[in-house]
Amino acid sequence: MACISPDGKPTESGTKMLRALQAGLKSPEEVAQETGLPLFRVRSGLREITQAGLAEQKEDRYKLSEKGAKLIK
Amino acid sequence: MEEIKEQAGHMPRIGEPAPAFEAVTTHGVLKLEDFKGSWLILFSHPADFTPVCTTEFIAFSEIYPELQKRGVELLGLSVDSVSSHIAWARNVEEKTKVKIPFPIIADLNKEVSLAYGMIHPGQSKTETVRCVFIIDPNQKIRTILYYPLTTGRNMDEILRIVDALQTTDKNGVATPANWRPGDKVVVPPPNTQEMAEERLKQGYECVDWYLCRKKL
Repeated sequence: MACISPDGKPTESGTKMLRALQAGLKSPEEVAQETGLPLFRVRSGLREITQAGLAEQKEDRYKLSEKGAKLIK
Repeated sequence: MEEIKEQAGHMPRIGEPAPAFEAVTTHGVLKLEDFKGSWLILFSHPADFTPVCTTEFIAFSEIYPELQKRGVELLGLSVDSVSSHIAWARNVEEKTKVKIPFPIIADLNKEVSLAYGMIHPGQSKTETVRCVFIIDPNQKIRTILYYPLTTGRNMDEILRIVDALQTTDKNGVATPANWRPGDKVVVPPPNTQEMAEERLKQGYECVDWYLCRKKL
């Protein structure tokens, strides 16, 4: 797990991605630009965050889930 | 072992789509499609904590900024575990002050190695040889290099190939032997007699109609 630690907390890069999603639906390209992370890391990270229930995918864009929003409050 | 020999017989080829994969890496689980839109250099090494591989990883790390300027990502691979990769990368950083910035696949089940023809049983039945696959943004294989276990790779040549491929894609030209960025490029040969005759009037530097160079 690159974005979520074994204790369930987001890593530094995971937190960056979650914060980038706070403003609403974003594409992986937009998240990469905002966070400065490489696009391949963002694509992989968003997949992981979504599988963990912290984000939701709408077509090719992502937004925070309620669980994700609570986590980074 | 027979199965490995049989599977090792599969060799990807230039111009074919790069075999898809989903692999555990030092940067999490990555799929080939995560790199779509970027150039990718997928390279294998025989084993962590070995001398030639260590010099290569330092060298790949040193050219990484140059690769990034060209929109190229790097992805290493060996049949070692993620723990081994992490320990080796930390050791390299501790001993040489070089941080390995790119992910490394832990191909314990040899799934990716076999799909890419990285195991050459004549060299080693258990380790990957030194392969380099240059994959374009459409995920097509554009270059394949194979080096034996005993010979470390040449980073200048890898950068030169990337420059040549990107120049070809951008300008529809070919690059001659020992070409370097800034050198003249080769104009594609004409397909008809009429084109051959016209070619000689177009102001290119021509040895003859089939070998013409131009400045970009």
